[in-house]
Amino acid sequence: MIPCLDVRDGRVVKGVQFQNLRDAGDPVQLARAYEEQGADELVILDVSATPEGRGHAVDTVSAVRSVLSIPLTVGGGVRTEADARRLLDAGADKVAVNSAAVRDPTLLTRLAERFGRQCVVLSLDAARTDHGWQPVVRSGVERVPQDAIAWAVEATERGAGEILLTSWDRDGTRSGYDLPLLTAVSDAVRVPVIASGGADSADHLIAALRAGASAVLAASIFHDDDTTVAALKDALAAAGLETRR
Amino acid sequence: MRVGVVTTGAANLASVRAALLRAGAEPVLVESGSALQGIDRLVLPGVGAFGPAMAGLRERGLDAGLRAHIDAERPLLAICLGLQLLFEGSDESPGVRGLGVFPGRAQLFPTSVAVPQMGWNRVIAPGSAHMRDGWAYFANSFRVACGGPRSGAGASDRAKDASSTCAERTELDACDSRKWTSAATSDHGGPFLAAVERGPLLACQFHPELSGAWGAALIARWLSC
Repeated sequence: MIPCLDVRDGRVVKGVQFQNLRDAGDPVQLARAYEEQGADELVILDVSATPEGRGHAVDTVSAVRSVLSIPLTVGGGVRTEADARRLLDAGADKVAVNSAAVRDPTLLTRLAERFGRQCVVLSLDAARTDHGWQPVVRSGVERVPQDAIAWAVEATERGAGEILLTSWDRDGTRSGYDLPLLTAVSDAVRVPVIASGGADSADHLIAALRAGASAVLAASIFHDDDTTVAALKDALAAAGLETRR
Repeated sequence: MRVGVVTTGAANLASVRAALLRAGAEPVLVESGSALQGIDRLVLPGVGAFGPAMAGLRERGLDAGLRAHIDAERPLLAICLGLQLLFEGSDESPGVRGLGVFPGRAQLFPTSVAVPQMGWNRVIAPGSAHMRDGWAYFANSFRVACGGPRSGAGASDRAKDASSTCAERTELDACDSRKWTSAATSDHGGPFLAAVERGPLLACQFHPELSGAWGAALIARWLSC
């Protein structure tokens, strides 16, 4: 179970479909609380709009690392090996790449060769079409005329060791994960697939894990104090899913 | 307490350093064999591929230094690829010799399971000085296969089963008495070595620095041995 912190200018924010961002707290405090509740990993997505904001992200990663003893994935604005290096040096265990990998898929290969596949996460935001799904980049601004499943397969062949799969249609809506999308991607690749976008209840998490996800990511439900990681893990265990506690 | 952290320039050390600092230790980067002088306690983190990591150790004169450190029975914590480097070799880099402290070699996980293994897995650690049963975080494509977990009753049945089911496996019991004093196992497409230990030498295939409170407690026990 993976809480996600969307961070802008050093603060955790939350919006719907990347719009209307509002403050949701201090990243270090939230990271510490989530680990104590039993979170298995943490994801930080830097949603800063400016280079100055990106500078804050490295400080945030460094501060979170000093208190966090579970894996930390950081994404948002990773375009080059140097960007990845900065985040890894600051304390990320894995870097997530999205738009830059779509523009230049060889970035995944270069990152995997330099840092190892286990450091490279493909962040795939997928939007439904009439026929399936297509990748969405630049924080939802641009749809890529390409099949999202085929892109997931290509990305793993090029070096991605994990896929963070966000349903653009469901993100922030709390209406449940896009289960057909999860099944389609996890059937097509051998690497772990993390479900993201739409979680509101334990039932949603259970459905995602049964649909093929290796792990489930959520943000709103944790930040709004509606429930805790521990309570959700209890529900997963009660449903018969093997759960670390 | 000063703890040397061996680096070959490639690995990402931030998490290991942060974990040592949280445990009250003072991590010191060790980039050459000569820098081992005065270091009693060493961490060998490993991220990346087997061949380049061994080449990095040799270029810096760290391979001989590590062997001397181990032969002198000084404390060593090897992590992930660090464990594999202590074996004879790896299918990841055929023809490259490992440090050969332990017999056996690392091989790719079978095609029936997700590769790389990225995530939490159960660890069973019977009779270990440092380890406890629990959940650990793994991020690896290669591993040293082995027989199933050792247990008191039925151990001979298990040994028989292990040797008959998979000839490639390092035979846990056979190696045990010669080379290591206890081993922990996990399962991902079959049992594999999650950790081996011999006195103050503790080698983990998982990442204790990323394994939450369980991993932090393990690091604390190793620091106090």
